[in-house]
Amino acid sequence: MSAIESRAPSRVGFFTDTTLCIGCKACEVACKEWNELPATDMEFTATSYDNTAALGATTWRHVAFIEQRRDPTTAGADGTHGMRWLMSSDVCKHCSNAACLDVCPTGALFRTEFGTVVVQQDICNGCGYCVSACPFGVIDRRLDTGTAAKCTMCYDRLRADAQPACATACPTRSIQFGPLDELRRHAAERVEQLHGRGVSEARLYGADEDDGIGGAGAFFLLLDEPEVYGLPPDPAATTRDLGAMWKAAALAAGALVAGVAAAFAGGRR
Amino acid sequence: MTPRGEVRMVPDAAPVSYHGRPILKQPVWRREVPLYLFASGLSGASAALSLGARVRGNQVLARRSLRVALAAISASPPLLIADLGRPERFHHMLRVFKPTSPMSVGTWLLAASGVTTGAAVGCEVLGILPRTGRSGAVVAGVLGPALATYTGVLLADTAVPVWHEARSDLPLAFAAGAAMSAGAVASAVTPMRRSRPARRLAAGAAVAELLAMRRMRTRLGDLARPYANGDTAELTLAAEVLTATGAALMALSRHRSTATVAAATLLGGALCQRFAVFSAGFDSARDPQATIAMQRRRSA
Repeated sequence: MSAIESRAPSRVGFFTDTTLCIGCKACEVACKEWNELPATDMEFTATSYDNTAALGATTWRHVAFIEQRRDPTTAGADGTHGMRWLMSSDVCKHCSNAACLDVCPTGALFRTEFGTVVVQQDICNGCGYCVSACPFGVIDRRLDTGTAAKCTMCYDRLRADAQPACATACPTRSIQFGPLDELRRHAAERVEQLHGRGVSEARLYGADEDDGIGGAGAFFLLLDEPEVYGLPPDPAATTRDLGAMWKAAALAAGALVAGVAAAFAGGRR
Repeated sequence: MTPRGEVRMVPDAAPVSYHGRPILKQPVWRREVPLYLFASGLSGASAALSLGARVRGNQVLARRSLRVALAAISASPPLLIADLGRPERFHHMLRVFKPTSPMSVGTWLLAASGVTTGAAVGCEVLGILPRTGRSGAVVAGVLGPALATYTGVLLADTAVPVWHEARSDLPLAFAAGAAMSAGAVASAVTPMRRSRPARRLAAGAAVAELLAMRRMRTRLGDLARPYANGDTAELTLAAEVLTATGAALMALSRHRSTATVAAATLLGGALCQRFAVFSAGFDSARDPQATIAMQRRRSA
């Protein structure tokens, strides 16, 4: 290990345990306040108690709210009485293989010493490639600044040895911040504990290093399929197919050359 | 159907999503992008056509095609810069070269093609540095096919299902559209005596483009749904009708006036094709079921 590596801080992350979330949205507010993000238009979605609706360029934490009617034959066993509420504070996943970072043509997106993914606001020229590359629909372009923006995991606070604002504000420790390997260990124990209590649907999302993004820096404990929470079931950084894509382009370029050559074939020119 | 007298306890399997909301963000790109897809294709294929003509000693076609290439590539940077959120920072693209970013690769490819095409035409018009001009034309002709096809990778390297899952087909569809545009413009600006290869290229590439687009949609399966709905369906139909008509007209043309009409029809088809592919991406990103289906298909 080089001297630089040994001094580097370990990779940090978020473990969002949605079984502890009470939907208070303190994380959303703390994030907006600390990062000085403008308020978004007040709009009633009329679908649930969630009126934030989605993550966006100026919304870096979003609490999803789901109301479910359950199969009456199993209801009650877990104290849900035929109905349950799911709440989950969503955030940028800070992917190990981040498509946004791969496709950024200016180098504005970079990986920090904490293993997180951050946009340098003075470099980004708002090309929008990251917006279409993100498999989670997290990053977006701000209308006021014209640049791409998303969760920085409070890069400024991390550098001052403080925790991200959302984790600090969370009153139930649903949002846990810390070294990623510790969080993963703790999360595995938590799933075991829940399974022991009969909550068989508890599962981790984004904790597997063999998934399409090489594991997330911000991962979740969910109580249903990911798509119920608006999360993609099997996200992948599409840049992993880049070799095959360039090969297809090379074949197409070859076909173009052959086409031009064929146009000149034959006696007359 | 529920048998009479029975109350159904399990509801129909409704597609699951978060309140029907999209999983992906809509692309922030505007209409400058499909216009650029068209312009870069026209430029790249024209430079290649020009090189072919030069090799075969058809100097008239070689010169005119190269000027078409220059005109099209000159329109490209303004289109791309206008689409940026911060246009005044366009030069930040030039502070790095990133092989993992098709946009970065494309930026440098566009810069190299622009400089060499410009040098070739400039030397020829001014009658100076003939060797520099000739090598410029050769380099531009070699880079041309890359310029005309990398845009397929640009769209395919995104999370948008209808673009990413077409990653094997998009470059070929764009190459065919580019060849057809280049052949069309060259036949309109070159005397009939000298434009035969251009007319053959235009008609042949038009057929190839129709086949490539069909194959892409077949291989996409359910994910191709945007091509059958709304504005995208209209653009797709317009592209097919214009391309087929233009190809037939071009193949039958005996006079330059007919060839010019055929060329305009083919250019309309090529433009509609790019706009259809572009618009399909917005529909696809908006549909959470497309995102889920793509990933379930992958893990199956």
